[in-house]
Amino acid sequence: MLYRMINPPEISWIAILPVLLLSATAMLTMVADLWTDGPDREGLGWIGLVGLMATAIAAVALWNTKLTSFAGAVVVDRYGLFFTLLFCVAAGLTLLMSMSYLEQTDIRTGDYYSLILFSTVGMVVMATAADLIVVFLGLEVMSIAAYALAGIWRSQVRSNEAALKYFLLGAFATGFLLFGIALLYGVAGTTTLTGIAQTASGATAEQRTLLIAGMALMIVGFGFKVAAVPFHAWAPDVYEGAPTSVTALMAVGVKSAAFAAFARIFMHTLAVMSPDWSAVLWVLAVLTMTVGNVTALLQRNIKRMLAYSSIAHAGYLLVGMVAGGELGGSAILFYLLAYTLMTLGAFSVVIALGRRGQPNENLEDYAGAGFRSPFLGMAMSIFMLSLAGIPPFGGFVGKFYIFSAAVKSGYIGLTVIGVMNSLISVYYYVGVLVRMYMTDGGVEITQPSSRPYLFATLVVAVAGTIALGLFPSTLFEVARQSFLALG
Amino acid sequence: MHEAITHTAVAVSYLWLIPALPALGVLVNLSLGALLGKGAVGFIAPGTVAGGFGVALYCLVQILQLPPGSALEQTLWPWISAGNLQVDIAFRVDALSAVMICVVTGVGFLIHIYSVGYMHDDPSYARYFIYLNLFTCAMLILVLADNLPLLFVGWEGVGLCSYLLIGFWFDKEANASAGKKAFVVNRVGDAGFLLGTFLLFWSLGVGTHSLSFQDIAAHAKSIPLDTVTLITLLLFVGATGKSAQLPLYVWLPDAMAGPTPVSALIHAATMVTAGVYMIARLNFLFVLAPATLTVVATIGALTALFAASIGLMQNDIKKVLAYSTVSQLGYMFLGVGVGAFSAGVFHLMTHAFFKGLLFLGSGSVIHGMHGEQDMRRMGGLRTYMPTTYRTFLIGTLAIAGVPGLAGFFSKDLILAHAFSSSPVLWLVGLCAAGMTAFYMFRLVFMTFWGECRADEHTKHHIHESPATMTVPLVLLAVLSIVGGYVGLPEMWAWGNRFDAFLAPVFAAAQGGEHHMEMGLEYALMAASVGVAVGGIALAYVLYVARPELPGQIADQAAGAYDLISNKYYVDELYDAVLVQPALKLSNLLWRVVDVGIVDGIVNGSARVVGASSSFWRRWQTGNVEHYAVSMLFGAVLILVFFAWHSS
Amino acid sequence: MMEQYLSVLVTFCLAAGLVGTMVGAGRLLGPRSDNPVKGESFECGNPSSGSAWGRFSVKFYMTAILFIVFDIEVVFLYPWAVIFRRLGWFGLSEMAVFIFILGLGLLYVWRKGALEWD
Repeated sequence: MLYRMINPPEISWIAILPVLLLSATAMLTMVADLWTDGPDREGLGWIGLVGLMATAIAAVALWNTKLTSFAGAVVVDRYGLFFTLLFCVAAGLTLLMSMSYLEQTDIRTGDYYSLILFSTVGMVVMATAADLIVVFLGLEVMSIAAYALAGIWRSQVRSNEAALKYFLLGAFATGFLLFGIALLYGVAGTTTLTGIAQTASGATAEQRTLLIAGMALMIVGFGFKVAAVPFHAWAPDVYEGAPTSVTALMAVGVKSAAFAAFARIFMHTLAVMSPDWSAVLWVLAVLTMTVGNVTALLQRNIKRMLAYSSIAHAGYLLVGMVAGGELGGSAILFYLLAYTLMTLGAFSVVIALGRRGQPNENLEDYAGAGFRSPFLGMAMSIFMLSLAGIPPFGGFVGKFYIFSAAVKSGYIGLTVIGVMNSLISVYYYVGVLVRMYMTDGGVEITQPSSRPYLFATLVVAVAGTIALGLFPSTLFEVARQSFLALG
Repeated sequence: MHEAITHTAVAVSYLWLIPALPALGVLVNLSLGALLGKGAVGFIAPGTVAGGFGVALYCLVQILQLPPGSALEQTLWPWISAGNLQVDIAFRVDALSAVMICVVTGVGFLIHIYSVGYMHDDPSYARYFIYLNLFTCAMLILVLADNLPLLFVGWEGVGLCSYLLIGFWFDKEANASAGKKAFVVNRVGDAGFLLGTFLLFWSLGVGTHSLSFQDIAAHAKSIPLDTVTLITLLLFVGATGKSAQLPLYVWLPDAMAGPTPVSALIHAATMVTAGVYMIARLNFLFVLAPATLTVVATIGALTALFAASIGLMQNDIKKVLAYSTVSQLGYMFLGVGVGAFSAGVFHLMTHAFFKGLLFLGSGSVIHGMHGEQDMRRMGGLRTYMPTTYRTFLIGTLAIAGVPGLAGFFSKDLILAHAFSSSPVLWLVGLCAAGMTAFYMFRLVFMTFWGECRADEHTKHHIHESPATMTVPLVLLAVLSIVGGYVGLPEMWAWGNRFDAFLAPVFAAAQGGEHHMEMGLEYALMAASVGVAVGGIALAYVLYVARPELPGQIADQAAGAYDLISNKYYVDELYDAVLVQPALKLSNLLWRVVDVGIVDGIVNGSARVVGASSSFWRRWQTGNVEHYAVSMLFGAVLILVFFAWHSS
Repeated sequence: MMEQYLSVLVTFCLAAGLVGTMVGAGRLLGPRSDNPVKGESFECGNPSSGSAWGRFSVKFYMTAILFIVFDIEVVFLYPWAVIFRRLGWFGLSEMAVFIFILGLGLLYVWRKGALEWD
């Protein structure tokens, strides 16, 4: 044999077990859909849930390891595993609520379930990526599935519009991200995060200029995905138009995944550049919190209001990034978990209030809801109060961590602005409570207990939101260890 | 002597019961209220509070038996831990907390009992008691909390319940908006509270902190003066919101839209005193910032005078009491502001008795008059409602500062301390005391004396309230009399036992304690009795002897009369300066940032098809481009910013 | 580091300058007449048949997308085939996985009816 053999890269199959399981589940769902129809479609959801469960178990089993695979392009550390678990929870709850929600829509295609799972695969890839190309790969897998999901309710004009808008602007933003990646590659000569970190720590003045330009473009790309002002304009339209369960996944999953990569690259790889990027993120955080909260005040549509709310929450998370350090990083992780539970819960309530042909998404429709369905009223109150940062719920503790981190790092001004913003936000969150408990009228409500999947989603979200408020220390410790795993 | 005080803490395991019992009431009534019916709901709700009262009394007895300065402690579980922050869910009962939990559960219990009668015919009976129990639970967390973040849990909880209860009868538009106003105004205060907490955490320095009161006390001295002044000022902003002081008092008068027992419990006896409690709790921090204390005392004195002057002209019986509450809270702040923390807390306690009594009495009147609240359509009620009248009179004498009743001792104590701090503050307080005597007796004369001015139909149905309502009145009347005798002036009989009991808590604050000359003290006392009697006499002349006079005065001093009866136009001012601009900004951002795509699709789908379709179509395609351009613009800005920042 | 790009910059400037001059000179010197006929699209001299914004059946897109997907598959297969031996068993198994996944995709489009024109 005269051929020189090419050595394949080392692949740690154990390391990529979670993402393999998830991908296999997604493909299985896709194929199984070909032979199912009608009411059997719930079964697809069940396949997805079992797959997510298996993924989560694999992730937990790997907790005490730190493995790399594909020549260091994928790193499975606690940080990545924390997010893997977070995405399993987010996708699992989304699937659960969807199994009730699809009944009240015209979405009759089982692709829905496989697309959710494919999107989740992309998220997991993003969170475990140690190479910019892999980050990009994950981002695209996640986003393309999300574009399709946004438009999956084909008979709805708003859904079509949402998909097209999300796709066009998303592609535009991806261009920025890719250009930023190209610049970093140009400087470092490699796309691996470790290589870039090395270059950054010993950068010459010229290299610094290119690094900064690359960072600026990546901030645009990630800023779009997390819906930070001024890259947020798509969010209200898309959140409102997309099917509610998809909106929920976009609001929590896509945002968390973007933050996972954003924080890994900026707070770890480019940590030495933090004096540069933190000044920009400071401004973005202030803009994002303020525009999000103030604009939410006048919204009449609950999904639109929650869209602005999710923009504002991206602002709080940016505060955590600016604060930096162990406390700031762990606070982001904890906050994302709390945010995931309460936001998914709020969207479940939106779904619970809707019925076939009658989405009931205006705030007026919530009038008296607290009396007609005490459980829904209580659940929504808890989610709203938690989102507003009122104790003793998870959202309060999350904000407390974020602002403590900012204070500890000396960002007093930013903390003042943040606290003021969270106080403005109380106005519109409590506005929902006012509708539910202090006005009459509104729409007829199907009791959530008659829709078991939705009911289960709500129970999990309520329990999680309360538990994170009362017993946050264990999970914060988990978040801290995860963040420290970045090294 | 103060160095000798031991600060021993006894770990106990029953403190959690105090807030947990009302919480249990919430859970039971929430899940089973519809099944159980009114009887059971009306038994469970007061029963749980009575249980809490029992435990509270037990705690008080324990504290009295332990050496001075002891406290009972219970740490339930670690709560927020992050880096060098280790906050626990922990309760602590020292002398101050013991007084507070007894007042909250005791007065709370009486008001629950009263509510059973008052709310009997209300369709939302269970909902009412759920809110009321939830409030009690939150208030108890507030006063039991061992650290600032946990205190904030109670702080927000009582605010929320207060808000829910103000808007309880939401069929009237005004009530819901009053609730909203209360909440929004309180947010301003809460911002101060939270920022103060964060700043405190930041300035405590290295080492692990639990933000517990001992921890703060141990490290407070190392904080620079400027910082501690800022921290305490921010915390005081929180107190002005919750305790309705200038300039954030505006929500409290509107809060009277809620059911009257709620006004008695939340907006007179307990929640509104949270600000005073918080300052008393953090006394060691506030004494480090003399400037803040001056602000507190000044705001307190001014509020006392300002609110009392508005009270002179109100015709709604509850509004008079509301402004009176604002004014009396001003006294408490005056007290803590001049460093007389135990006097402030003493007035807090006696005020809980007599103002609770007055509100419940007014509730009894309103109940008897079938919802009438305007005093101009009352009169002569003493013959119809003798028990209500007698107890109400006792409450009025107590608040007016007539010697022998609770209000006299506590108010006099505050005024005496104010005098030794600044005679100007004392004078302001004295004027407010005269006004208080006047407007309270004006209320009594207009309501209970003279001819009944109600229409025949109402008059026919006026009746004394049932026993569930009158028994709490009688008990509170008794407390309004005897409640003051725990804190006699130093030169009388057993002296000020109350002060001695609380002294260890305020040990840090009592460095400069001084005893006044007995002659001066008697002179001050004579002055306050004098203005009280003067106020009462004036009210008698104007509203009993020569009832035509008030109208003439109003005509002659029309300008001042307008100003005061319109509450100095403060609400209008806030609306014009704060509320409208905020809404405009929101509207502007909405229009600019969120251009009307939805309008185009949802509301304007007809228009899209119609004649203006070309316009809308262009508008729509323009939008995605518009978004893209805004992103591009943002990207350029970031690059420019980097270029500028890194050079 | 940046010097080596200088020639690129010079070329860029020259190109931009040349195009700018040509377009600008045309604008400045040439006669202009704007009318609707001039704005019409040019279809080999025939009168244009309707707007270019007309709707096409989605089936065209579907076919185009499927073509691209499986075309790219071949793009991967060619270089793989060239160094097939050097990659050994690893290369074979990887490509098997790759084709299996694409096979699932083919199964999917087939079952979904995307291969039927009607």
